[in-house]
Amino acid sequence: MDVGIVSYGAYLPRYRIAPQEIGRVWGSDGEAMSRNLLIFSKSVPSPDEDVITISIEAARNMMRRCDVDPRDIGAIYVGSESHPYAVKPTGTVVAEAIEASPNLTVADYEFACKAGTAAIQTCMGLVGSGMVRYGVAIGADTSQGAPGDALEYSASAGGAAYLIGAEKVVARINRTCSFTTDTPDFWRREGQCYPSHGGRFTGEPAYFKHIMTAAKNLLDAMGTKPSDYQHAVFHQPNGKFPVRVAKQLGFSEKQIEAGLLTPFIGNTYSGAVPLGLASVLDIAKPGDRIFAVAYGSGAGSDAFDITVTDEILNLRRDAAPSVKDLVEKKKFLDYATYAKYRGKIRMKGGAE
Amino acid sequence: MTVARFWRENEPRYNLTGAKCGNCGRLYFPPRTVCPVCHRKSIGKMEPFKLKGTGEVLTFSVVHDAPSQFELQKPYVIAIIQMDECIRVTGQIIDCEPSEVTVGMKVQAVIRKLGEEGPSGIIHYGYKFMPVIAPSAPEAPAP
Repeated sequence: MDVGIVSYGAYLPRYRIAPQEIGRVWGSDGEAMSRNLLIFSKSVPSPDEDVITISIEAARNMMRRCDVDPRDIGAIYVGSESHPYAVKPTGTVVAEAIEASPNLTVADYEFACKAGTAAIQTCMGLVGSGMVRYGVAIGADTSQGAPGDALEYSASAGGAAYLIGAEKVVARINRTCSFTTDTPDFWRREGQCYPSHGGRFTGEPAYFKHIMTAAKNLLDAMGTKPSDYQHAVFHQPNGKFPVRVAKQLGFSEKQIEAGLLTPFIGNTYSGAVPLGLASVLDIAKPGDRIFAVAYGSGAGSDAFDITVTDEILNLRRDAAPSVKDLVEKKKFLDYATYAKYRGKIRMKGGAE
Repeated sequence: MTVARFWRENEPRYNLTGAKCGNCGRLYFPPRTVCPVCHRKSIGKMEPFKLKGTGEVLTFSVVHDAPSQFELQKPYVIAIIQMDECIRVTGQIIDCEPSEVTVGMKVQAVIRKLGEEGPSGIIHYGYKFMPVIAPSAPEAPAP
């Protein structure tokens, strides 16, 4: 049975802030931060957006592109590290809002930036085993960065949703494999507003080791080489890491171009690889082979080998905004408005 | 508002589900259990009816003196939307500047946070309206 992507949808908030504006407020060289991180702007959620609204909009865009009856969806998993509730699943609201309730299973996932791809793997298992006809996997975040911290220059918001099934598959997932260790590169303790990180420790022993190993394991398992793929998507905490890891693995800049969004929208955490993959699917042709590797701090990587099928031509890709449409729909904020929108200003009374 | 009271109205708020009178065919939003025109003839005949979510701005007002829950969003726009099904719905216009809103502007429903019962209370979600974005065609699909 071929299991894969039946439809997909993306969502990005329209607000942006530039690193130069963040640096201006904190007395840092925002221009240098922008250059070093290769981030020109990052997305910012408006005060009435959170992971639930982003997940729903992405899932609705996914449903607009296909003719699947939402009542045939047997599972919804939402991966995020910024679920609005500590206890009450994001997926329950998503299920109700896409009319998939009530005969399905729902759960929220958390694995730093790779919870969305972990959700895709779970749905693959459920569909492949015949337990459900369709599963929905969503990766979305409104990620947090402490004021003045290096993370503030990259932590952004957005998400993408995938309908996983075995009928009318537009992109077959040939294989997936994961690599997971106990690596404390980035964490957030219960009740804390902002995460902590190990600075440079987040690089070699964390991001690069996990992505490289998962990628090599998948290439070995498939018997493929980087040149066999038209597109590659790597987790993108900044604009530089994915370019470097691609080069180390033997992928060209052209192969990662379509899925590299962080320079324009920042690091959308659980949304990063799902959005990059959606951006690739927006332009993919039948027969295209896609290599995707997500990374989540803590730490682990999920790697995917995907082949686009002829069915992509029957998917109504123009029934929902493309990732490019969403990236280009933007309004820049000054730091004061950004701080107000992100709840960084202590308010009196009802407005939080 | 109590948790249960809001919860009862989740369906119309999430999915713009109104009601259609099985006797005269009139549409209502929010949904009604009895048609105010057909009265007892409509009892048991009111069917759920989902609005498409698209419409145009009939009239609007810019709110500068906001209730506390909307303090972060002011100035914001509240409008009456003439839905494509000829039903009128009141809602907030988002994702554009108040100066960009015009009578006749095409809008589509999206879901956003409507408010919350304080920092530890339930979060309310529901429809708001944003200007229609025309999706671009995918680039050069292969033959």
